[in-house]
Amino acid sequence: MNRRDFLKAGALAAAGIGGAIVIEGLDGFNVQAAETKESSKALHAKHWGMVIDVDKFKTPEDFQRVMEACHRYHNVPDIGNPDDEIKWIWPEDFEHTFAELKNPYLSDKIKEMNFPVLCNHCEEPACVRVCPTQATFKRPDGIVAMDFHRCVGCRFCMAACPFGARSFNFGDPRPYIKEINPEVPTRTKGVVEKCTFCVERLEKGLPPACVEASNGAILFGDLNDPDSDVRKILTGNFAVRRKVELGTGPSVYYVIRGGEAGA
Amino acid sequence: MYNGKKIILGLVIFVLFFTSPFLINIGKANEKPEVSLDTPVISQLDEKQCIESAEYMRANHMKLLNEWRDQAVREGQTVYISNSGKKYEISLENGCLECHSNQEQFCDSCHTYSEVEPYCWDCHNGAKGGLDK
Repeated sequence: MNRRDFLKAGALAAAGIGGAIVIEGLDGFNVQAAETKESSKALHAKHWGMVIDVDKFKTPEDFQRVMEACHRYHNVPDIGNPDDEIKWIWPEDFEHTFAELKNPYLSDKIKEMNFPVLCNHCEEPACVRVCPTQATFKRPDGIVAMDFHRCVGCRFCMAACPFGARSFNFGDPRPYIKEINPEVPTRTKGVVEKCTFCVERLEKGLPPACVEASNGAILFGDLNDPDSDVRKILTGNFAVRRKVELGTGPSVYYVIRGGEAGA
Repeated sequence: MYNGKKIILGLVIFVLFFTSPFLINIGKANEKPEVSLDTPVISQLDEKQCIESAEYMRANHMKLLNEWRDQAVREGQTVYISNSGKKYEISLENGCLECHSNQEQFCDSCHTYSEVEPYCWDCHNGAKGGLDK
């Protein structure tokens, strides 16, 4: 065997052994006989949506109650520093909620009003498009969900989201969680988080935490079903969505009744 | 060879030094990790059987958990049907750790022994009330 043949044979053998190891490794990755199904209690919809009755959020306590219910359930930390703040649902003023509806003669009442804002669970979510790992993805029922296991913390989604609905964990959130809800995981340093429309509660047949705490000010249901609560209130009232001109198709609606609010 | 004695002595010392961990432990059996199944929930079970056979779980729990993670988080499927046809909730906190509430004597004992550091507990809270880390 000359030197040339020896090198050829050696390269071939190395490639063979390496390939075999890789194939073996990949092959062993699946579990056999694993069968899973949905819980029989799970709530279903073709397109989950939310309608917020703005008039029913009158006092700061109304916001506080809803925010706390959400943040306590999901182990959202209260860091206290606006730079590191993590929030899933929070009050925002008119200018920051409906910037495009601003006009020079807005009544003071509207200008000073607050609106609860959260992830809009868009039909064409910009965050999902930019996520390099599919950590954030759109479920068939319209919910823009997060798989925190896959998040690499690149924060493209935060740059893409026009609603500022996403927060980043710059550090370990656990020291800032007053009381940990043991049933729901926390997040860790280096992942992005946001409202998930309480997917884990829907799977157990429960409505989202904010809806439960809102005393009827937030409705939740199937936007595809003409008989659902959300569709009924939308047919009977004037409602707006945030930044529709961007074409992301938010699934969160704000009912504006006028009258009492002075609009 | 120049300085032959010194070189050979040096080599011997070198080899002895680097093989010392093996030489010291020659003939000794390594202490096995103790995996405890003694928890209140398990001791009350009539049939002491995990969701699949112990051998299967020992070899494949990590793959099963990976699969579960995707099924539950991405597909919304939260019920596991075992080979024996029984149904279990797919959940670390509300499933596995409901029985194996002694995380330190169960999960950690093997993982520490084999120097595996799964990052489950970075986010998952572990057994209820066991949030001291």
